Amino acid sequence: MQALDFQRPHGGLFSFWSLKMDFQGTGIGPDERDDGPRRGDVQRLVVIGNGMAGCRAVEEILARDPGRFRITIFGAEPHVNYNRIMLSPLLAGEKSFAEIVINDAAWYADNGIELVAGDPVAAIDRAARTVTSESGRTVGYDRLLIATGSDPFIIPVPGRDLPGVVSFRDMKDVDAMLAAAGKGGDAVVIGGGLLGLEAAHGLTLRGMKVTVIHLMPTLMERQLDEAAGWLLKTELEARGQTILTGADTAEIVGDGRVEGVKLKDGRTIPASLVVMAVGIRPSTALARAAGLAVGRGVQVDDHMVTSDPAILAVGECIEHDGQVYGLVAPLWEMCRALADGLVAQPTGYRGSVTSTKLKVSGIDVFSAGDFAGGDGAEDIVLRDAARGVYKRVVLREDRVVGAVLYGDTADGGWYFDLLRKGEDVAPIRDVIIFGQAFAQGGGQADPKAAVAALSDDAEICGCNGVSKGKVVASIQAGACSLDAVRATCKASASCGSCTGLVEKLLALALGDAVEAGPKTICKCSSFTHDDVRREIVAQELRSIPEVMQKLHWTTPDGCSSCRPALNYYLLCAWPGAYVDDQQSRFVNERLHANIQKDGTYSVVPRMWGGLTNPRELRAIADVVEKYNAPMVKVTGGQRLDIFGIRKEDLPAVWADLNAAGMVSGHAYGKALRTVKTCVGSEWCRFGTQDSTGLGVQAEKMSWGSWMPHKFKIAVSGCPRNCAEATIKDFGIVCVDSGYELHVGGNGGIKVRATDFLCKVSTEQQALDHCAAFIQLYREDAWYLERTAPWIERVGIDYVRRRIVDDEVGREALTARFLFSQSFSQDDPWAARAGGADREQHAHLGEFRPVQLLAAE
Amino acid sequence: MMMTGDWIDVGALGEIPLRGARTIKMGAGGEEIAIFHTSGGKVYALVNRCPHKQGPLSQGIVHGDAVACPLHNWRISLATGEALGEDEGCVPTIPVRVDAGRVLISRIAMLTTLAAA
Ligand code: SRM
Ligand SMILES: Cc1cc2nc3c(=O)[nH]c(=O)nc-3n(C[C@H](O)[C@H](O)[C@H](O)COP(=O)(O)OP(=O)(O)OC[C@H]3O[C@@H](n4cnc5c(N)ncnc54)[C@H](O)[C@@H]3O)c2cc1C
Ligand code: SF4
Ligand code: FES
Repeated sequence: MQALDFQRPHGGLFSFWSLKMDFQGTGIGPDERDDGPRRGDVQRLVVIGNGMAGCRAVEEILARDPGRFRITIFGAEPHVNYNRIMLSPLLAGEKSFAEIVINDAAWYADNGIELVAGDPVAAIDRAARTVTSESGRTVGYDRLLIATGSDPFIIPVPGRDLPGVVSFRDMKDVDAMLAAAGKGGDAVVIGGGLLGLEAAHGLTLRGMKVTVIHLMPTLMERQLDEAAGWLLKTELEARGQTILTGADTAEIVGDGRVEGVKLKDGRTIPASLVVMAVGIRPSTALARAAGLAVGRGVQVDDHMVTSDPAILAVGECIEHDGQVYGLVAPLWEMCRALADGLVAQPTGYRGSVTSTKLKVSGIDVFSAGDFAGGDGAEDIVLRDAARGVYKRVVLREDRVVGAVLYGDTADGGWYFDLLRKGEDVAPIRDVIIFGQAFAQGGGQADPKAAVAALSDDAEICGCNGVSKGKVVASIQAGACSLDAVRATCKASASCGSCTGLVEKLLALALGDAVEAGPKTICKCSSFTHDDVRREIVAQELRSIPEVMQKLHWTTPDGCSSCRPALNYYLLCAWPGAYVDDQQSRFVNERLHANIQKDGTYSVVPRMWGGLTNPRELRAIADVVEKYNAPMVKVTGGQRLDIFGIRKEDLPAVWADLNAAGMVSGHAYGKALRTVKTCVGSEWCRFGTQDSTGLGVQAEKMSWGSWMPHKFKIAVSGCPRNCAEATIKDFGIVCVDSGYELHVGGNGGIKVRATDFLCKVSTEQQALDHCAAFIQLYREDAWYLERTAPWIERVGIDYVRRRIVDDEVGREALTARFLFSQSFSQDDPWAARAGGADREQHAHLGEFRPVQLLAAE
Repeated sequence: MMMTGDWIDVGALGEIPLRGARTIKMGAGGEEIAIFHTSGGKVYALVNRCPHKQGPLSQGIVHGDAVACPLHNWRISLATGEALGEDEGCVPTIPVRVDAGRVLISRIAMLTTLAAA
């Protein structure tokens, strides 16, 4: 995927060819023609690219043998060699150009180097061993060094050529940005990687209002995992930048000059400056045109020699062993190998492992190696919410293979060193995450010994200011479990980051006598479901990554147990505000249908209170025929289930059912399922009240609500109880004098008859109590706990107290439920049938096997 | 879809949700390939068929470098295709790489997978 096509050199082309003809005609060596004969064995070295790698290579050569070459350097930029990575601080106003110069004019003069600046090389003639510049200047070489770096990648959208659209690669780009920033206004940076964020930072400091548009869901996704990416985004937003992730640029708009960026979702972001920082491509056009072997970069061997033995290449433009690099550290190693091979004892380059830091003042980010883990990899995670720190070290077979650090990067160098050396870290495994000082602190690699060695006034719990002495005292006074310690001296009772320390103190003091604490939400956390629910509200935690950070999750992105639970808890705590995380939902809730054993889905439309009519029945019959559904069945929940629908056909099926007025039955959800009714007073000779009508009202009130587990309601018209109301989560049994309300029944794995809650006299009271009960269950129960086990745990007396005795509390619960329902009663099927989340139902691609073969 | 040489361009990485997967369909009624995108930014391709009872792995919950099968919750390693923990079984993996935001999968491996199916 070559971004920059070879530009045919203009003026230089003719002179180039004619010169070549000359040489062939006269048979004179190339360097004789330029400026005089060779002196002794002094050879002619020409360098293309006056950048970081080209000049470093020259320095390395000079250091080994200053007399070996007569050197000419061509540079496209009209400058001496400067430190490209410092363009970011230059843009931010932290450095001046003079401060970032690496080699000043005196260096070139002192070393007899001829610098041709501002005149790029346009062509290489390998047969004649000459290069020709754009202005027509031709120079012969014995050895040629290509160090052309990279070209910024420009995404091929309309408007990319408008004035005001710049890349971020060299001084000219910085000058353009500074000129634009001088006028203030809005800037858009396309690309939320290292370069883009440094540009955004600089422009923010220069007073512009910056929006970063990033295609991927998290910032710097190649260097950071989701957790660190989230911390970074939060921090940048706090500094006033707008960060749009998952945003795809459609077009750059403007009349004669850039005015804004239009996204594929239709939004337009105004901008007087657009910086494209989406990536770089090795600059290989010259080499390719000269017929050198070029893959992703100019291909070189371990001594930086290209497919032509007279030509070397170094820097970002090369490909070595299948790798290309975009950072400076590898350049130093390449240049060393190059000089060794050229003028001293060949040593060879073996590829580089790289690490990254972000140069944004006040934000410390470090990343190295393979942090995505993979098979056999083990994550060690440390989160310190109070300090905004996230650290993750990835081990494989007791060796560090990757690290991501946010907020505290002091140990980055140490981890990187361990990684490069491939050292066995088994002896310090338990403490490695605490950093070098701790792990190597006087042979205290045993974490228990390290804790034992702490003085009595050492602070254990920062949140509550509890010293080691106090924790030990409360353990000695009888607190034999983590919970007991939390209850007596408050240590580890707030943010929980010192839980590990407290556990070690317990183990030290009591040995095997430590009592196991209550069950935690899953193995990713030391918190219980109740703790998590409480802290979400108390600390106003608003997203899954935030909960994980603030509550010290020990895995980078949780597991299939905690993610759905957190998603539900957040949804329940922040109705209307929290954005559901689809990837944290079980497949049925993501696709709004029930997955079957063969991978197809079943579809159950809602039939309010078990009632239906010809129109609905016809629509269902039509769907069964149209999509060849192999089975349609009356369910145990008084409605119809259509089986065997393919994922791709779901939206069309729903559109047809919607057209007949039907909505999702949520037969797949941790949500309200069915409201079963009997015929009641309208027809039945024993019926006391309109159980059917009340059932319909209850279903209209409560459908669409997400719950800890599924929830079923039934209304029976008399104590004969034909709707089986006394094995439902909420059951209503009508009697002459009113309505008996029952809760916590279950007809499933373990049958449980309901507990009687109370008796009310009107339909409205029955509905209000139903809403209050649902809300209490939603706010209190653990995820995947149905009402039956929940009530067994908290006791029916507690439920009665909250709902029957406390009238004000009940009304508040009812109000909270109805408020939450005002956001959740949208039919998910209609949204999907209308095109939302289309990708959930479509293949990424589809092709026939013959196409695969044809490609051969 | 672009097909040149040994790698087949199947789409943009941005089209695969983070901690999610998308499928590639190979012919009518043919085998599906699931392409996963993890929170660490890694991309993996596996045959979309759980070693237990053929559950569509692409629909499972992705965490770390594993997916929990939607049918009976086996955990499958995305890197090796092997069942993790107590369970035993393995699903074929397919070499995949990302270049300039495009997802490329190995043509040879796809052909082999097809032949084996
Ligand atoms: C379709 C249906 C059977 C039928 O053909 O009648 C059914 C089908 C399933 N039930 Fe059920 N249950 C159905 C009524 C019931 C009933 C009867 C009722 O609601 O009156 C019960 C007992 C009452 C109760 O829930 O207390 C029932 C108790 C269960 C249980 C045990 C729940 C428990 O707390 O012990 C499960 C397992 C679970 O949820 O974890 C379950 C799970 C399931 C699942 C979701 C199994 C699964 O995970 O795939 C089945 C989905 C099949 C599908 O794709 O539709 N189903 N299930 C009924 C759908 C009702 C509806 O219209 O939505
Ligand atoms: C803003 C910014 C911040 C960065 N920050 C970091 C960082 O923090 N850490 C890090 O490790 N890396 C960073 N980098 C990357 C780092 O700068 C590069 O890895 C490094 O500069 C590559 O060196 P090079 O010599 O291969 O290419 P360059 O330094 O780009 O040098 C190539 C030179 O060749 C010239 N050239 C190209 N074609 C021709 C031609 N035909 N004729 C003559 N001259 C030509 C170019 O104009 C250029 O001057 C940053 C890059 C930028 C742009
Ligand atoms: S009883 Fe068992 S087999 Fe029958 S639908 Fe319910 S879960 Fe499936
Ligand atoms: S089919 Fe995957 S776990 Fe059973």
